[in-house]
Amino acid sequence: MIHSLFLVNSSGDIFLEKHWKSVVSRSVCDYFFEAQERASEPENVPPVIPTPHHYLISVYRHKIFFVAVIQSEVPPLFVIEFLHRVVDTFQDYFGVCSEVAIKDNVVVVYELLEEMLDNGFPLATESNILKELIKPPTILRTMVNTITGSTNVGDQLPTGQLSVVPWRRTGVKYTNNEAYFDVVEEIDAIIDKSGSTVTAEIQGVIDACVKLTGMPDLTLSFMNPRLLDDVSFHPCVRFKRWEAERILSFIPPDGNFRLLSYHVSSQNLVAIPVYVKHNISFRDGSSMGRFEITIGPKQTMGKAVEGVLVTSQMPRGVLNMNLTASQGTFTFDPVTKLLSWDVGKINPQKLPSLKGTMSLQSGASKPDENPTINIQFKIQQLAISGLKVNRLDMYGEKYKPFKGIKYMTKAGKFQVRT
Amino acid sequence: MNYAFRLFVTFSAGEIFELKAELNSDKKEKKKEAVKKVIASMTVGKDVSALFPDVVNCMQTDNLELKKLVYLYLMNYAKSQPDMAIMAVNTFVKDCEDPNPLIRALAVRTMGCIRVDKITEYLCEPLRKCLKDEDPYVRKTAAVCVAKLHDINAQLVEDQGFLDTLKDLISDSNPMVVANAVAALSEIAESHPNSNLLDLNPQSINKLLTALNECTEWGQIFILDCLANYTPRDDRESQSICERVTPRLSHANSAVVLSAVKVLMKFMEMLPKDLDYYGMLLKKLAPPLVTLLSAEPELQYVALRNINLIVQKRPEILKHEMKVFFVKYNDPIYVKLEKLDIMIRLASQANIAQVLAELKEYATEVDVDFVRKAVRAIGRCAIKVEQSAERCVSTLLDLIQTKVNYVVQEAIVVIKDIFRKYPNKYESVIATLCENLDSLDEPEARAAMIWIVGEYAERIDNADELLESFLEGFHDESTQVQLQLLTAIVKLFLKKPTETQELVQQVLSLATQDSDNPDLRDRGYIYWRLLSTDPVAAKEVVLAEKPLISEETDLIEPTLLDELICHIGTLASVYHKPPSAFVEGSRGVQHKRLPPRTGSNESVESPESTQPVVGQSADQPPAVIPSQGDLLGDLLNLDLGPPASTVSSGPTSTMQMGAMDLLGGGLDSLIGTSFGSPAVMPASLNAPVGGGLGDLFDLGSNVGIPCGSYVEPKTVSKYPAQCLLFSLRFSLLKYQPFISYLTISSSQVCCGICEE
Repeated sequence: MIHSLFLVNSSGDIFLEKHWKSVVSRSVCDYFFEAQERASEPENVPPVIPTPHHYLISVYRHKIFFVAVIQSEVPPLFVIEFLHRVVDTFQDYFGVCSEVAIKDNVVVVYELLEEMLDNGFPLATESNILKELIKPPTILRTMVNTITGSTNVGDQLPTGQLSVVPWRRTGVKYTNNEAYFDVVEEIDAIIDKSGSTVTAEIQGVIDACVKLTGMPDLTLSFMNPRLLDDVSFHPCVRFKRWEAERILSFIPPDGNFRLLSYHVSSQNLVAIPVYVKHNISFRDGSSMGRFEITIGPKQTMGKAVEGVLVTSQMPRGVLNMNLTASQGTFTFDPVTKLLSWDVGKINPQKLPSLKGTMSLQSGASKPDENPTINIQFKIQQLAISGLKVNRLDMYGEKYKPFKGIKYMTKAGKFQVRT
Repeated sequence: MNYAFRLFVTFSAGEIFELKAELNSDKKEKKKEAVKKVIASMTVGKDVSALFPDVVNCMQTDNLELKKLVYLYLMNYAKSQPDMAIMAVNTFVKDCEDPNPLIRALAVRTMGCIRVDKITEYLCEPLRKCLKDEDPYVRKTAAVCVAKLHDINAQLVEDQGFLDTLKDLISDSNPMVVANAVAALSEIAESHPNSNLLDLNPQSINKLLTALNECTEWGQIFILDCLANYTPRDDRESQSICERVTPRLSHANSAVVLSAVKVLMKFMEMLPKDLDYYGMLLKKLAPPLVTLLSAEPELQYVALRNINLIVQKRPEILKHEMKVFFVKYNDPIYVKLEKLDIMIRLASQANIAQVLAELKEYATEVDVDFVRKAVRAIGRCAIKVEQSAERCVSTLLDLIQTKVNYVVQEAIVVIKDIFRKYPNKYESVIATLCENLDSLDEPEARAAMIWIVGEYAERIDNADELLESFLEGFHDESTQVQLQLLTAIVKLFLKKPTETQELVQQVLSLATQDSDNPDLRDRGYIYWRLLSTDPVAAKEVVLAEKPLISEETDLIEPTLLDELICHIGTLASVYHKPPSAFVEGSRGVQHKRLPPRTGSNESVESPESTQPVVGQSADQPPAVIPSQGDLLGDLLNLDLGPPASTVSSGPTSTMQMGAMDLLGGGLDSLIGTSFGSPAVMPASLNAPVGGGLGDLFDLGSNVGIPCGSYVEPKTVSKYPAQCLLFSLRFSLLKYQPFISYLTISSSQVCCGICEE
């Protein structure tokens, strides 16, 4: 199981270590540093690194490497999932998961890690159980504690720990009972030169914020549940009921949680909400190149496309770019060769465009690779797959909760090849 | 709590003294803050063991936070101060009787983490109590503690009968206790492979399946991994387990999903293929695997390595999902390379157009490694899908026109493989290749080019000039190129004897007299002797018709694949090696095998056998030609075989190695030498030779001298190259006494061959 954990920042310093079994020397990380040096980008450090006596499994998040040391045959996914859970927990506790935040809260971090893993076996990873055991630091609580001498550590066994619904604590009370659901879809797509779709898929999630008193039992039904043929559920969802009736029935955790995530694959038709017209050309022997892109809405069901941000990694041979944008602002970094154009909202009557020339390294042959255009956007009030919630009902409690559902579509990895 | 940050900078002897004073303070609050400071410096790796007695003194307190902090300290330092650690025992024993279950559990948990022999004796009684505690939280913590104790003192655990208690906990009423008991037993069983600790029978399986639905996600992983070790009695039991495991495929935790996939992949082996349920199960497996690819890149990587295995075992599961493996330009490199490999495995006539278009796109990307693999992939597609060969070749020519150096070199290497698969079909491209001769600076590309020139010497007017130009710097070339050049010139000589006599003399003397490389000298001498004694025979041998290279040379050998399928989701599946090969401490791990299929008649048209391209590989060993070490092939032939059967002059096994590269990505050195050897031995190596050799040299049991045309895969995978080489050299000795040196160590030879 997981032997030790090292936190390494991007400059290669170990700033925290935790051992669950015997102490493993820091020098084991040398193998990791070697791999880190070899990788061109921190993202490219391989997640599983073998060393003579151990295996190092790492994740890279928030510019920190979380390196787990293991000694025996352990499912790597188990370790990676756990590490991500650790990061999520830190973020939950400290607001941000940064080196400074971790160093500031080093004792809480240590207590958390101790609580999350015992002898390498996960112990408590549910956020609401952890929060009963170790209260998150807040300015107010720190002050109160210093004055009254009380502690951050709960001294009672968390109620959820062993119940049939371990994700929910008992005795929850709210004056305003509310349940909000956000249907968020991210569209991943690769569009080729000619504008046709190479792949397109939708990663959807339903995130919930439920603040309801007592033990409410919710059911959520969809207008078109057939869309959801590839789903992953939060453990609270009753799978049998879904299989039989395509209805989500569950006792929700308290607070924020991800109810389900789903995947609409390329076989189904995925609507592409924006298109890009581009004309990027380099000529052999010339030190100038032409650059022109226009972006417009395509299948948006009448909703506005907002928050559009276009980025593109230009070839190394491009020295500078001389462009004019019809709207928004753009920057080109001559060092990293990254072009970034903050478009904002697309007005269908007057399509935003970015045109001009590129100056190329003189004498060099024209760049071999064509830049790929990356697009980010948001569409409010729309789930691009067409998923719609039909109704939400609550059983088991008497009060009338306030219910709300929001839809949103975002670009995930949306790439246009040129 | 900002003081923690300050501590990272300075920590002097004066401060230690100050801390000591604070730790011994009467004020609780001050004590707690002091312990916190100690912990903070411990986390950054500073040695605060000098404070041991002072910290332990703080242990007896009602304040739970303080207690936990002291425990944290104890776990880290008890080992370095065993005598002092005894001081803590009394408090532990007392805490194990505390009315608060949280404190009881905490005490038993911490005690197990103190790895001091003397303490373990005192641990036994409290642990026994806690294993039978009324509170499940304490029981589940105690279960893990047994594993900890076993790690420190295995004999003690057995003597005290804790293992039996642990086994009883599998029938506990609380699912979390069951899960932890399973986890603890699995860990203990890992160090005792034959202990039969997890005695799985239908009753206990039933209990596990019930607990599976109710325990935490981590517990589910433990239980699923344990279930995977069970062998159902018949296909009905197998089906019923599958039915109860299938819902786990929809779990949000990817490790749960992959463990469930493992159980299903293993148990579906037992289901008759004509069963409706079998088809349904296949359908159900695809979506969760695809979903794993939308997770974080690290998860994707592990998932892809496993999908690589699954695609080889059951290609039908993902055959329609090609698009999800298309590479996004900001994927990390390790994900890109894995996706590429799977794309080729899934390539078929139906989707080849799409795949080729993608590959061409990748070949213009920025990352050099990735571009190279993409170019190689185009070649592999050509070899795999015959109908696409022409398009692949024209795509490769387009790429050569870009004149990007590494693209050109890579393209030439793969075109050589295409020639070996479709001889005399595409030589019209040779002219284009020759144009790029000067830009080749990598040995592999040079060797490939030389092979092409030699092979088609009769159609290249200036073949002699081309080869001569390489000969100038003969001694600076790598062995690979030297060997290739030697063979190519001999071929040229046999094809155009009149103009090239001088050239062949020159190369033979370079190879035999001026070279230190035994392989090169060997080959040189043999050619020389052949040419001087019987030119006709030489022609028959050197210019013999070559067997075509197979498209599936990179497949994992079937028995290994089956074993790896049993290890889906583990490190073994990431490295594509059996755990016995690399996991430390796995003393004599048993090889896992897929259960045999029951009650099915294999003759029924199965989805696998209707899959012509990849499918056949699952059930039968792939027909791999002995491309591994063609040197071997030639020499063997020269010596023993009828001249018509195998090759001379084979180019190095770039096809196979290329495949390995792709497969392994950055890891290929790991996958290592034992991997590329699902070898079917050349038929010409016949029994008398093996026997004679065995007589000559008592090579013992570990070097399995092959006595037939097929060698047990296990033996081969261990020492394929050595044993062949041995037999080779000795048989040469018998027939050609002038080869007098036999001093080369086998390891050296082996390396030479594998690196080819």
